[in-house]
Amino acid sequence: MSLDKEKIKHVAKLARISVDDAKVESLTKDLNSIFKFIEQLNELNTDKVEPLTSILNQSLRSRKDEISDGKIREKILKNSPKENEEFFVVPKVVE
Amino acid sequence: MSKEKFDYFIKGEKEKYEVVIGLEVHAQVLSKSKLFSGSSTKFGADPNNQVSLIDSAFPGMLPVINEECIKQAVRTGLGLNAKINNYSVFDRKNYFYADLPQGYQISQYKNPIVGEGKVLLDMPYGSKEIGIERLHLEQDAGKSIHDMDPSNTYVDLNRSGIALMEIVSKPDLRSPDEVNAYIKKLRSIMRYLGTCDGNMQEGSLRADVNVSVRKEGDKNFGTRCEIKNVNSIKFMQMAIEYEAARQVELIENGKKIDQETRLFDTKKNETRSMRSKEDAHDYRYFPDPDLLPLKLEQKLIDDLKKSLPELPDKKKERFVKEYGLNAYEANVLVSEKEISDYYEEVAKLSDKKLAATWMMGDLFAMLNDRGLDISKSPISAKHFAELVQAIKSGEISGRIAKEVFEIMVESGDNPKKIIESKGMKQQSDPKELEKMINEILSKNKDKVDQYKAGKEKLFGFFVGQVMKLSGGKANPQLTNEILKKLLKG
Repeated sequence: MSLDKEKIKHVAKLARISVDDAKVESLTKDLNSIFKFIEQLNELNTDKVEPLTSILNQSLRSRKDEISDGKIREKILKNSPKENEEFFVVPKVVE
Repeated sequence: MSKEKFDYFIKGEKEKYEVVIGLEVHAQVLSKSKLFSGSSTKFGADPNNQVSLIDSAFPGMLPVINEECIKQAVRTGLGLNAKINNYSVFDRKNYFYADLPQGYQISQYKNPIVGEGKVLLDMPYGSKEIGIERLHLEQDAGKSIHDMDPSNTYVDLNRSGIALMEIVSKPDLRSPDEVNAYIKKLRSIMRYLGTCDGNMQEGSLRADVNVSVRKEGDKNFGTRCEIKNVNSIKFMQMAIEYEAARQVELIENGKKIDQETRLFDTKKNETRSMRSKEDAHDYRYFPDPDLLPLKLEQKLIDDLKKSLPELPDKKKERFVKEYGLNAYEANVLVSEKEISDYYEEVAKLSDKKLAATWMMGDLFAMLNDRGLDISKSPISAKHFAELVQAIKSGEISGRIAKEVFEIMVESGDNPKKIIESKGMKQQSDPKELEKMINEILSKNKDKVDQYKAGKEKLFGFFVGQVMKLSGGKANPQLTNEILKKLLKG
């Protein structure tokens, strides 16, 4: 797999990371060498190996269906970019 | 059931087109708390009051799954005759939006909790099977409110993190009517199971609609468009009609259909491209490192299966067999669990067939007029059964029954009390009726002579007089018989 400059810009846009054009060249080079390193793994035959999601041989821990949280609006809204007692307020996003 | 023929095609200038529809239904799971946090899921709370640090994605928070949500998904899967997967994985679906504080939605991508299943629809042209592709668990997003401020969007995270089941159908639907039947059937199954309340007004049931068209008889699918923002069955149907016509026009003019996400504008009744969603399908899914794979014990699945209630298809079969209803009546009476419960209570105490007729007639009309669910009916099942029995036994006529029914709605009294206190009992004593009729005939000798001379229309006049004198209580059948007998003599 190799990445071109367009792909780098696209991924940066999806991740909301601003990458200026001057940096794209070096980023492309760096990322391609990282991918090349990772791709050594392709030399292994994994035909009959299920993809591994976790190295722990355990199942997901669950909790009971009980209300044990919430009602901390003041605390949560402290992080809203604009002040409001009830809502998060953000610049207009509408189609 | 009368066998009509399926006939929903879009006629272009040149060809006839078939419409192919697939639905992604998002159903909110009924649970007390959210999928990965202990906040309440109750609808209508003060904004941002049911939000935890997990729901608002504070750094360092760890999601822990709600066991009830897992069970609800399994129950729903079983209700859809689907394969339950013993192994499933939670993934992150990455995108940015103001009402998604994590910057990703926890969902299931490659390994959903439920695999292929099927749903049966009763259409006027016969029974039709709709394939289910999969059902997976995921988090709901918060709610954006755009109309509170001209330059800002307000965000309420109460909904953020509530468990959703996304139910993906195969592209087996072929018309807006089938979409209507499919959504109603899904809703009915989930309400029977108690896994989703199906309330479309409150947004507990929503759908994205995939639409494509192809020439009648073509084997290959056309390019599809996905329509978002359709929150009622009526709007879904309108959006499908508009979108199918738009695609046919493009094809007939030799143009290409772009695979894209479109938005249904309910004011203009049209769909339009959502440019902001250009990158929408580039979600860069990967397994959520905070969550281990979900392994379900077969015993849990078997136990849940054993505890499922009787579902609408089975109940319908039983209603036909046990109560002698026809397929149409059975279908209507099993559509909601509460309706079927009410009917069964009435049927236990009265004539089964007559009960069905009166329920689907006067009772439903009254509930409809008042905008009431059957659970809020002003007439209890027990009282309703007494009314049905009073009609069946001939104690009151159908016409009087309608009056009694009205009084029952207003007063909540039982029909016996109403019939007695208002003296509404039908007059069925032949001797008394004969006496009354003789009286009428002797008062109207001229009309009797005219009748005997051939003016048979006058029969109606005599019946009218009997009804007037009896206050509408004379048994109509007996009245006819006696009148005929006496007029002959």
